[in-house]
Amino acid sequence: MSHLKRLEEESIYILREVVACFKNPVMLYSIGKDSSVMLHLLIKAFYPQKPPVPLLHVDTLWKFREMIEFRDKRVKELGVDLIVYSNPEGIKMNINPFVHGSKIHTDIMKTQALKKALDKYQFDAIIGGARRDEEKSRAKERIFSFRDKNHRWNPKNQRPELWNLFNTHINKKESVRVFPLSNWTELDIWQYIKEENIPVVPLYFAKKRLVAEYEGAEILIDDDRVPEEIKKRAKEKMVRFRTLGCYPLTGAIESNAKNLDEIIEEMKLSKNSEREGRLIDKDQEGSMERKKIEGYF
Amino acid sequence: MREDLLRFITCGSVDDGKSTLIGRLLYDSKKIYEDQIQQAKNETKKYKNSEDEIDFSLLVDGLQSEREQGITIDVAYRYFSTKKRKYIIADTPGHEQYTRNMATGASTADLAVILIDARKGVLTQTKRHSFLVTLLGIRNIVVTINKMDLVNYSKERFFEIVEDYKKMFEKLKFSLPYKDFHTQIDYIPISALKGDNVVKKSKNMNWYDGEALLSYLDNVKILKSNFTSFRFPVQYVNRGFDFRGYAGNIASGEIEKDDKIIIYPSKKESFIKDIIYPINPENKTFQKSKAITLTLKDEIDISRGDLITKEGEIQPKFNDSFEAMIVWMDEEELQNREYILKIYTKETNATISRILFKKDVNSWEKIESKRLRLNDIARVQIDLSEKIAFDFYEKSKKTGSFILIDKITNNTSAAGMIVGESTKHKKKRIYSPSEIALNQFIREQFPEWGCKSIEEIEE
Repeated sequence: MSHLKRLEEESIYILREVVACFKNPVMLYSIGKDSSVMLHLLIKAFYPQKPPVPLLHVDTLWKFREMIEFRDKRVKELGVDLIVYSNPEGIKMNINPFVHGSKIHTDIMKTQALKKALDKYQFDAIIGGARRDEEKSRAKERIFSFRDKNHRWNPKNQRPELWNLFNTHINKKESVRVFPLSNWTELDIWQYIKEENIPVVPLYFAKKRLVAEYEGAEILIDDDRVPEEIKKRAKEKMVRFRTLGCYPLTGAIESNAKNLDEIIEEMKLSKNSEREGRLIDKDQEGSMERKKIEGYF
Repeated sequence: MREDLLRFITCGSVDDGKSTLIGRLLYDSKKIYEDQIQQAKNETKKYKNSEDEIDFSLLVDGLQSEREQGITIDVAYRYFSTKKRKYIIADTPGHEQYTRNMATGASTADLAVILIDARKGVLTQTKRHSFLVTLLGIRNIVVTINKMDLVNYSKERFFEIVEDYKKMFEKLKFSLPYKDFHTQIDYIPISALKGDNVVKKSKNMNWYDGEALLSYLDNVKILKSNFTSFRFPVQYVNRGFDFRGYAGNIASGEIEKDDKIIIYPSKKESFIKDIIYPINPENKTFQKSKAITLTLKDEIDISRGDLITKEGEIQPKFNDSFEAMIVWMDEEELQNREYILKIYTKETNATISRILFKKDVNSWEKIESKRLRLNDIARVQIDLSEKIAFDFYEKSKKTGSFILIDKITNNTSAAGMIVGESTKHKKKRIYSPSEIALNQFIREQFPEWGCKSIEEIEE
């Protein structure tokens, strides 16, 4: 399948361009399937040396437990550097998505936390795993996407991007977000994971799990913080997750896909987009675009 | 199963039905999901005050600010795949003021789909779109004549437009800066709205014996330049204990172990010691790839931006001046100062020393001009602060294209394609007395810097 090879070549080129042109780059590592592919490409790009880029995980403290286990295991196996950051203010305020809602939780524990982490470490290039096929407002995103000193994205003032000639010039305090997987689709990601034998969090595979209905989604009873009235409704179901985020905000789908082949087959037949399970995208119309302007990835 | 990647650009004006065509391709190839369709249905009600089932353009138009204005203002990329190919569509708006976006979308495309409204025929914008995509080096064009349902699926009307387009294109060829530019142009009568000849062959046009658009795209052979000389821009020097490799993507040609190579700009020679392909960390296997790391047999000082070529093959031009077609992309017009020129992985200082002529994108006439503004296209002479290796764009896109970056705003001000060698000598830089004194001072006080004298440079 030569198209995966071509996507790989393009992504490796982008990753090397970041390291060659920026002083202090970082890769956002969200532990999901796209991050797994990005990390794999990062190691390939700089072989035989260790990648000269640390990983940053913005931990909202509400991620699935299996995600955190997987993160720590992978980092050890691959010998890469990982920075974990949680918003100290959010910790103080005891932000809880069940109490404060998805909007406040996402804003404080994700968007604000990311901005704070970037300010603290002064990263000038932040590599992220977003893909253009994920959502309409992403379709026009550049591969090297410029952010002002307040980390804001201005959809009307983006640099034209021609050929593979990326403009990497920025002033002090400004930064770029770089998306090496821009041209990959969800199907490409899974096919590549299969072809390259890349480990992913087991939550992607169907299994009997204890889930309960919450705000229109089936969420996993992942720990004791789930309120009693939701727990009461919990039932065991054969489910898997198409995307991974904070467990109270990520809906499971009923599925029997237990391995990569079955996931790929299911995807080809799927009638809904992968973001459908994400509660945070539905707050309001155009909400992804709005979040991006504010500094969300 | 052979699966390949085809990138194409769609060019059409506001009412040509471009969004409908793309929406139809995505919808019929099942790339649009039900939740997205539901969202588009809700928005159809909101923005169009229409109870129509679904407005395809809302399905594909991305940003809220644009939707509210009802226009597409930027390049959007869409994805779908068939059993044969993966497709990336660069969806660009057709308004005159958006030459910049069309050039952007065309720069990475292998093929252009040009839409013509069957009622209107070949218009000024058809000329503009055809000029821009060929200027950017696209050799495969599919002219889709849309809204055939509104001309009663008329065979005569279709062939009339085909003839008009052919005549137009004959003239266009002479206004391109390329000498040996072969193209493949095909024509398909469609109705994007009704679905005729988009994914399925239409029963309404039995007189048409060609393929529907999608199967055409699945089978079309992409014409490329026949340039096969090895070009490897050094992107990143990968250093470690006891290791020094040169990482980058092969721009053209092939290389093997023990091949003799030449490094520009130093013109030093060496041999390939090893080619390192990206190794899978999970199982330590690798496949051939364009993304490689080279090691050499000699210890030579090589840095990012150097170009490695193979001995015995066609060598690049090596000069500090050339002529190029450029598209001005900055809100701020051309200034009489230095810009940063980025060509492959190399950056250097550049000035536009001469505007030979500006080109009208609609009439293709040459216009004399001293100024360049947003969306202008011009043939210019570019002078550089040092000699660099380059090829003509027609031969090698990757070593013949560049961007100009504004040193003050950091904007991408222009994109260019190298089309010729300079006919006039580069203007000599004039040094002020203080610069001459500074040069002398450095040479006397810091001989260990190895600073050249100004006279030496001027020779």
